[in-house]
Amino acid sequence: MTDKPKVGAENEAILMSHGMTKRFGGLLAVDTLDFQIPRGSISSIIGPNGAGKTTFFNCVTGFYQIDEGDIIFDGQRMNGKTPDQITRSGIARTFQNIRLFNNMTAIENIMVGQEAHLKSSWIGAIFGSPFTRQENAESEVRARELLSYVGLAGKGDLLARNLPYGDQRRLEIARALASKPKLILLDEPTAGMNPRETAQTTEFIRGLRDDLDITVVLIEHDMRVVMGISEHITVLDYGRKIAEGLPQEIQNNPDVIEAYLGRGAASKSKIEVSRVED
Amino acid sequence: MTSIAAKNQQGQVQSLWKLISDESQPYHHILRMGFLAGITLLFLGLIGMLEAFNEREVIRDVVTLAQFVLFVPTFAAAYMAAQRIREEQSIGMVLVAATIIGLLSAIPTIVILLINTQVNIRDMFVHVNRDWLEIITFDNRNQLGLGIGLLLGSLGLAGLLGAVLQNLPQKIRRSVIFGLSLMLVIGVMSETVGLIMQEIFTDDFLDNFFKRDTLLLNSAIGLFVFGVALIWVPDKVRRSFVFGLVVAMVALGLRNLLLAIDSLTSIIPTSEEGFLDVFLYFLLPFVAGFAGRLYLEYGSRDSNKAKTDTKATTSTGRPIRVDLIVSIAILLVAPWIVGRALSDVMVTIGIFVLMGIGLNVAVGLAGLLDLGYVTNYAVGAYVLAVMTSTGPLGLFNSQEGVIVNFWMVIPVALLAAMLAGFVFAVPVLKMRGDYLAIATLGFGEIIGRLAVSDALAPIIGGAQGMSFIPKPELLGFTLKDPEQLYYIILVACAITLIVSIRLNNSRTGRQWMAIREDEDVASAMGINVAQAKLLAFTISAATGGVAGAIFAAKVGTVFPNSFSVIVSINVLSLIIVGGMGSNPGIVVGAIVLIGLPELLREFSDFRWLMYGALLIWMMNNRPDGLWPSQVRRRELIGDDSSPPADESPMMASE
Repeated sequence: MTDKPKVGAENEAILMSHGMTKRFGGLLAVDTLDFQIPRGSISSIIGPNGAGKTTFFNCVTGFYQIDEGDIIFDGQRMNGKTPDQITRSGIARTFQNIRLFNNMTAIENIMVGQEAHLKSSWIGAIFGSPFTRQENAESEVRARELLSYVGLAGKGDLLARNLPYGDQRRLEIARALASKPKLILLDEPTAGMNPRETAQTTEFIRGLRDDLDITVVLIEHDMRVVMGISEHITVLDYGRKIAEGLPQEIQNNPDVIEAYLGRGAASKSKIEVSRVED
Repeated sequence: MTSIAAKNQQGQVQSLWKLISDESQPYHHILRMGFLAGITLLFLGLIGMLEAFNEREVIRDVVTLAQFVLFVPTFAAAYMAAQRIREEQSIGMVLVAATIIGLLSAIPTIVILLINTQVNIRDMFVHVNRDWLEIITFDNRNQLGLGIGLLLGSLGLAGLLGAVLQNLPQKIRRSVIFGLSLMLVIGVMSETVGLIMQEIFTDDFLDNFFKRDTLLLNSAIGLFVFGVALIWVPDKVRRSFVFGLVVAMVALGLRNLLLAIDSLTSIIPTSEEGFLDVFLYFLLPFVAGFAGRLYLEYGSRDSNKAKTDTKATTSTGRPIRVDLIVSIAILLVAPWIVGRALSDVMVTIGIFVLMGIGLNVAVGLAGLLDLGYVTNYAVGAYVLAVMTSTGPLGLFNSQEGVIVNFWMVIPVALLAAMLAGFVFAVPVLKMRGDYLAIATLGFGEIIGRLAVSDALAPIIGGAQGMSFIPKPELLGFTLKDPEQLYYIILVACAITLIVSIRLNNSRTGRQWMAIREDEDVASAMGINVAQAKLLAFTISAATGGVAGAIFAAKVGTVFPNSFSVIVSINVLSLIIVGGMGSNPGIVVGAIVLIGLPELLREFSDFRWLMYGALLIWMMNNRPDGLWPSQVRRRELIGDDSSPPADESPMMASE
């Protein structure tokens, strides 16, 4: 751990890091990364395959413990916290390869997403206490609201695994929203979508910020999406930040162009090689 | 066909195998099925199963269980083969093929039979003996030619019949199978059935159907015809009939219950001859139940069918409610219907059902494969033993004025088991799947060692175990007989079931499911995975503790060898056989895996073989268990209601 970051300057940035480093054996997946995500922004993280984007998400959400540096969320130091604690403090995420609870219904998936705010206990459940019942009923009502918010009204009782691909992506977002996050991390939300669906999703993401006041961070390969909605872009390559700024600045940044074009067409492919490498 | 036999005898197993395994050979399937059936038949003989089953007569002086089992592999193989090739072959070809399968299935056994005439192979296979020879040759072991001919002929016929049955229209097939099963089940269980019927029918009367606990030929035929007829009568009549039978059983049980309570005996009328009994406690309730149910079932017909839907729902709703009431009633009087010996079996089944429900919380709901469940069982049993024993090791035995009874110890046993579950869960919280299974298996062994250890012997008796555990008392009654202990286990199961269902439908249940599905994501949803797992282990352990305590009270003694890893395996198996995550499945699984071996001594010798065979068969053919849970059914078969594939406008709110 290096020097303690000064709290106070963070009002602008909801999420920031100082010298964040993550190693896998000899591989530096994230290398002394300093970044800031402005509060209320839609930010994107881009970079070629294996640049460390998903590792970055995994570090922020506590899936990985970082080796050096600090992560500050909403003025609080997040180092060493477990994923559930981090979710409770207001960060939600979706996954690059959809990871729903496949054998639970859509509604149950969302209800699990509400965990951070549920208070009833198992003892209440055994004795059927009024509080437990009430909470359960309310939880289901909220889950159905969220379900229709993402356009899945009426599909609540289907098993997650039986939903079509696009619906699964929406359900995953609904599940993430159920924790009432201040910050949502979306890992390739438009992967595998056709242009029309991509456009809808882009609008939807904008709505998350505009209507629900949630700060959004995207990992995205589709440059039209990135340039279309991002207000702030961070470019990673080999775990290092090589550029940061507004979309126009990034588009013209020679380092970024080199990172992408220098490695040929493969870098624009949407297929990530592997999660660890990423 | 004979050339194949010759090849086999010459030891050209390889070329035969090629013929059988090569899918491009037109008859490979027939050969393979015949070969498999033959090997199975030979195997059943060599391990002595036929010999053991020969002891039990299904129909008196006509057929033994062995003679029945003799045909099962062939019959099944021909049935399956016919099912498979009927699409591409004409009916004549299918029948010929099935007959060939039947003949083929005799060959391995005949080969051994012939070898046995030249070489003494009994040194290797002890069950190649007179009994086996007699079963195989239909009592013609001195005229081997005739015996072999009979075997070939009968197996060929069995194959043919298998194919014929397969080709019959579905309803006929169903009725024949049901009739045969009914006959077989009643025949095999005739001892039990006889015991139940003895309660009201006189021996002279029963002798017309059973002789020395075996079914007579005419009653067997009657049962078969009855079984067939039962499938053919309208659904409503069949339901009403079964209902009437159940009502009669309840009446019978009530009568026996009242007779058992001394002060109430005089209230109810009985007669020495039994005619009054038969009428009052069997015929009358049966007819009343049958007629009443028929009225309910057909009640809606009188009113105009096209009237309204509400009419229909009330008329179907009522029988369901009646069913529930009658089911509860029969559960309540069950031990008085079946008598002492069977009640004892029911208590044992109940103990395993209790453990099954408990373990299911960990394995079925939370997906934690716990192979050390016996730990909790042992803790419960020893806590009860130490605290209530009136022997030298009893903790409160020597203290005057301190009265510790069963009811006080049950909560203690529950808490102790919870503590044990908690302590053992802590080190394995981070483990998943196979690793967890191995670790918990180790814990089970540790408990076994501790129980026999000298270090703990002064407290829990070591290898000698503990005895003098008093029976529970309730309101001045000593619950000493299985008929009475049954109620304790019934109540325990009911409470556990309610707790399990409530937890399953709660936030806690969803947490467990989420962990079962994907532990990492569950944690990303804000679930404290460690806490939720601990809870699952602890609640599961509590149930095991209660089951152990009841077990100790039932047996009256506690020995370390009652707590081997086999208990854990048993409980896990019954969950799997019944259907993972399914509560009714647990009961079915316990009846099949615990009840049947207790009832049928012949089966208990081959208990583990049958376990293995059953589990393999289940995993291949019915991975969702005998009585699958809804979730599991959805999981494996997929939801019936396929989601609408339309492209609804993306986020409705926009």
